[in-house]
Amino acid sequence: MTDTAPAIELKGISKAFGPVQANKDISIRVMPGTIHGIIGENGAGKSTLMSILYGFYKADKGEVFINGTRTEIPDSQAAISAGIGMVFQHFKLVENFTVVENVILGAEDGFQLRPSIAKARKSLKQLAEEYELNVDPDAKIENLSVGHQQRVEILKALYRQADILILDEPTGVLTPAEADHLFRILDNLRNEGKTIILITHKLREIMEYTDTVSVMRRGEMTATVRTAETSTEELAELMVGRKVLLRVDKKPAQPKQVVLSVKDLRVTDSAGVERIKGVSFDIRAGEIYGIAGVAGNGQSELMEVLGGMQAGTGTITMNGEEIDLTGRYSDGQSRRARSIGHVPEDRQDEGLILDFTAWENMVFGYHRDPDWAAGPLMNNAGIVQEAEGKMQRFDVRPPNPHLTAKNFSGGNQQKIVLAREIERNPDLLLVGQPTRGVDIGAIEFIHQEIIRLRDEGKAILLVSVELDEIMSLSDRIAVMFDGRLMGERDPAEANERELGLLMAGISEEPDKPAWKAVDENLDAIEHGEAPKHG
Amino acid sequence: MDFPTILQVLDSTIRLATPLLLACLAGLFSERAGIFDIGLEGKMLIAAFFSAAIAYTTGSVWMGLLAGVASSMVLSALHGVASITFRGNQLISGVAINFLAAGMTVLIAQDWFSQGGRTPSLSGGARFNAITLPFAEALQGVPILGPIYHDLISGHTILVYVAFLMVPLTWWILFRTRFGLRLRAVGENPAAVDTAGVSVVGLRYAAVAICGVLTGVAGAYLATGLQAGFVKDMAAGRGYIALAALIFAKWRPWYALMSTMLFGFLQAVALRPDLIQNTIGIRVQVQLLDALPYILTVIILAGFVGRAIPPRAGGAPYVKER
Repeated sequence: MTDTAPAIELKGISKAFGPVQANKDISIRVMPGTIHGIIGENGAGKSTLMSILYGFYKADKGEVFINGTRTEIPDSQAAISAGIGMVFQHFKLVENFTVVENVILGAEDGFQLRPSIAKARKSLKQLAEEYELNVDPDAKIENLSVGHQQRVEILKALYRQADILILDEPTGVLTPAEADHLFRILDNLRNEGKTIILITHKLREIMEYTDTVSVMRRGEMTATVRTAETSTEELAELMVGRKVLLRVDKKPAQPKQVVLSVKDLRVTDSAGVERIKGVSFDIRAGEIYGIAGVAGNGQSELMEVLGGMQAGTGTITMNGEEIDLTGRYSDGQSRRARSIGHVPEDRQDEGLILDFTAWENMVFGYHRDPDWAAGPLMNNAGIVQEAEGKMQRFDVRPPNPHLTAKNFSGGNQQKIVLAREIERNPDLLLVGQPTRGVDIGAIEFIHQEIIRLRDEGKAILLVSVELDEIMSLSDRIAVMFDGRLMGERDPAEANERELGLLMAGISEEPDKPAWKAVDENLDAIEHGEAPKHG
Repeated sequence: MDFPTILQVLDSTIRLATPLLLACLAGLFSERAGIFDIGLEGKMLIAAFFSAAIAYTTGSVWMGLLAGVASSMVLSALHGVASITFRGNQLISGVAINFLAAGMTVLIAQDWFSQGGRTPSLSGGARFNAITLPFAEALQGVPILGPIYHDLISGHTILVYVAFLMVPLTWWILFRTRFGLRLRAVGENPAAVDTAGVSVVGLRYAAVAICGVLTGVAGAYLATGLQAGFVKDMAAGRGYIALAALIFAKWRPWYALMSTMLFGFLQAVALRPDLIQNTIGIRVQVQLLDALPYILTVIILAGFVGRAIPPRAGGAPYVKER
């Protein structure tokens, strides 16, 4: 393999956005027929680098070589001609077009569509057989599951004869079984001699599936190593620049009285679709109740009802007293009065007002507190002082309460929200996606804070799409699928495979391989049949 | 109501629906590509003025049509530059165009012709005249079908036939060609088009240009076909009605034909209050009849007629994601 030219070689790539140096003098070689991982924290410059390779941005400096020849990539068209295909984290599909229409878009053969469609249909059939990439060519994208939509993206690239496939965080939206299937596809592609670049922040995927791996930190490439010769610990250290505790250290829970009790909760959204279809559970003081599941299965609605952002029906009691679900006392203000803290799933939309300062953000929801308000007047000096203290305790960087929220990094924004809610000492804390888009260093801190609150005897409801996070933090795990809880598991006994099946709506383990069962179940849902609930 | 009267009403329906249909299809191209165009009204108005003015000065209606289309395309280009290149607000740009056209037409008309903001009346070769289709006279004697062919289908100006032929043509372009596929895609998800290596800006300018041509024809028809000359504010809200018809039509060409025919019919009925009185036996105020198309517009825009899903990327300028 030493005498073949690398499929991709980047030499001295630099790119700045204003004062921010997103990529600094990056060089990298990827050999054909390999899977190369690129790992790094948010904002390390991975996506910028790949956008340069796909012609979205022009590098300030540096050269790109494809299969040994120097190639200019001024736009996406040039990247496609050079045999590069890209699967973005947020799919670039036209939702109300069919699969085949999406595949030919931009790669049509002539002015009339009919011949192109016929040709694409044939080619899709071939690709499906070759790589296990089955999708109904006439299905509309909006009716497909996320996993199938991703296949369409891969098919788009292959239809354009891509030899190099770049995947940006491909498993973030997939169930574990769907992710397994994706990696089988990638494996097939590698065996056919295709080159694959996998961008991810999940160390496990890197270790399991890549041949070589590059680590990026603050715009620089800090190392490129053979995956077989490294370890997760070493990679994590290279990413963050210091030693990181990857495991969560916690003592066994000591649950006490029931704090929150939910009975037969149902939620119907504004379009009349039932999002939560009868959910019941209890959370005790001193335990973390984790809800796993693929995004969009009702977890968000559950958090919104408990946080007072949406109406529902059923019975919810908090510390033994029923709370109002539809009436005058069903708003966020009333929930906070009942000692429920809420860290919303989307911190930028719901947790913060990005154009306001940190101290203003840290008093929201508690601004009527007599400590901070005398009638209509606010005690601003006191609030600022208080915010400063909280920011120090939560290690928010920089600890400047007068900075606007949007100027903090994702991890520090999350710490601001957490500091606001945790420091009020709520009996129940609702935490949604606490570490989404947060760097490893901050994840460690946030996890420790959540466990500290539990050890103080508070009840915590944790909703996360990261299964690893649910498994390492929770004292009890429930899986949510299609508006229902698919049963509870003890994290000590649960395994990822079983939870993964539950996340896809399959509660009994069938004889066939997991990915196949999941696939068939998804097909059934797409065709309007009821999913197979256990 | 007897048969000839029905034919008469339907005949004026066709004539009144024509400018609406052209403007509606113009809006369809633009909005399918993600550019909302509230400036249809202004573009029709300016095209009406320039087509009448140039037709009068040159004596040739074809020169007039050309001038009308050109003036409408200038305003389209303005809208394109504001909303595509500079990513401005499409509604504000459209409103500005309407104001510009309303003021400018009257001002220039007064300056050129000194007739109180109108052009002199057009006649002869300066107007589009009715054309008689083959065999119209010969077949007139055939019962039912003869009069329909002679009175209803034959005897319109060329632009009416152009407008109706635009319906299948638009459908074919949108749903059967590469350009149509890309045009629809750019109105739904421009990022998909961009990553497929096709120019979002190029497609949107193309759509805006087609919109300019069609509104230009619509405006020229007002001043040189439907009427004989330009008068102040002669578009009379037709641009807005066309937009309502477009929503009613759910952005589809054949539905656009039906919805603009409905509006045309209401306008035709408003011209014959005597018929209403004879048919339903109640005298309806003329003002109420005149207001009917506008009332229907409000009802449609308020969303009473089913849910219409506009192109998803409509109204939003395309900015590449980081």
